[in-house]
Amino acid sequence: MTIEFSLDAGCGVSPYLQIAQQVRQAVRLGLLRAGDQLPTVKEVVSQLAINPNTVLKAYRELERDGLVTARPGVGTFVTRSVPAEVTAPLEPLRRELARWLVRARSAGLDDESIAALFATTFRAERDVA
Amino acid sequence: MTAVLATRSLGRRYGRRWALRDCTLAVPAGRVTGLVGPNGAGKSTLLNLATGILTPSAGSVEVCGAPPARDPAQLAKVGFVAQDTPVYAGLTVEEHLRLGARLNPRWDAAAARRRLDRLGLDTRQRAGKLSGGQRAQLALTLGLAKRPELLLLDEPVASLDPLARREFLQVLMEAVAEGDLSVVLSSHVVSDLERVCDHLIVLVDSQVGVAGDVDVLLDTHHRLVGPRRAAHPLPRDQHVVGASHTDRQSTLVVRAPAGIADPAWTVSRLSLEDLVLAYLTPPAQGRPAAPLETVR
Repeated sequence: MTIEFSLDAGCGVSPYLQIAQQVRQAVRLGLLRAGDQLPTVKEVVSQLAINPNTVLKAYRELERDGLVTARPGVGTFVTRSVPAEVTAPLEPLRRELARWLVRARSAGLDDESIAALFATTFRAERDVA
Repeated sequence: MTAVLATRSLGRRYGRRWALRDCTLAVPAGRVTGLVGPNGAGKSTLLNLATGILTPSAGSVEVCGAPPARDPAQLAKVGFVAQDTPVYAGLTVEEHLRLGARLNPRWDAAAARRRLDRLGLDTRQRAGKLSGGQRAQLALTLGLAKRPELLLLDEPVASLDPLARREFLQVLMEAVAEGDLSVVLSSHVVSDLERVCDHLIVLVDSQVGVAGDVDVLLDTHHRLVGPRRAAHPLPRDQHVVGASHTDRQSTLVVRAPAGIADPAWTVSRLSLEDLVLAYLTPPAQGRPAAPLETVR
C-alpha cells in the first residue's frame, strides 16, 4: 500500500475530511506522486474498520479537486506530483526542525509550550512577511 | 432519497408507559445508520417494531417499502441480530449454518463458510462454548449469510472487548463495502459508531432528539464560548441544543446551518460524542433558565 490512513476520533473533523487531508498532505510532501495508486476502498475499510461510504466520499472530493482520478474497476490514482525542486528542501528543513525540537525539550518546554511558541512565532513572522 | 426504514408518528406503549412516541423517521438506503440513546430510550423498541416482532400502538412503520414481516418475501429482506447476539447454546456452529440454510431462501452458504474460516471458528464446536466475541461473529455471519437488504443490529458490540469490537465492526464494514446492504445498529456508546456510521439517529426519552447525516450534523453544530450574558435571542435559524454557565462564562451548543456570525463568541467544532451528549443532557440542567435574570 502506498499510504496508510489514520483517524483521530475526538477532533470533530469528519473522517472523510481527515482521509482527504492525509492524501493532500502526502502529495504536498512528495510521499505520493502522479501514477501512485491509493489504497482500495476495501483495503481502507479492512484496515480502519470504517464505513466504505466515508472512503468513497473522500476519494470523490479529491477527484473533484483534480488531485486523483478513478479508473473504474482498477482503482484510484494520483494525478499530480509536486515538483522535485519543491520537495527537495523539505528533508533538510525537517531535520533542522527535529534538532530544534530536541533543543526545545532539553530547555524544559512541554508539548503545549512548544506548540504555543511555534504558533506565536509563525504568526508574528508571517505578519512581517 | 429512498428510505429503507420509514416510520410515521410511530409509537409503542407498554401499559401506560410509552417506550416510543411520535417517531417519524426516514433511514436512507445504502447507508450505515447509528441509533444512539441511553438505556431505555426506545432503541430496542424501534428495532423490534422494524422487524415486526412488536406491533405499533400508534402510527406506522415500513421496511424496504412494505410493512415488516408481512409475508415470507418481506421476512427475507430484513436481517436482525438481537441484543447480546443470541445463538443456540446447544447447537454446534455447523448446525447453525444448516438451520440458516433451511430457513432462508437467499442463503449464501459459501460466504458464511468463508467468513467463519477466516475467523478460525471450529464448526464442530457448540455455540455455548464460544467466547463472547466468537458468538457475536457467529450471529453476524448468520445475519449476513441471509443476504438481507436491511440488517438491524441491537447493541451488537456492547459486551465485547475492544479487540473483538473492532473485528466485529471490520467484518460488518467489509460486508457493506461488498454490496447493497443497509445497516442500522444501535449503541449507547457513541465512540463505537463514529467510524462506522454515516447517518445518525439520537433517541431521547422515547422520542427522536435529532437525526441526520453525520457530516451534516458535525458541520451544523457549534460550541460557542463567551462572557456570561442574559440569553438574548439568537438569530432565527439558530437553535440552542444545550447550555451551561459559570459566573463569568456561557457555553452553548447551537445548531446553526448558516454558521455563527456574532464575534462575541469563540466558536469551535464538536466531536460527535459531545454533539450527542448535548442532546441527551436534560433541559432542566442544560438550558439557561431563571438564574440568568438575576445576573447584573
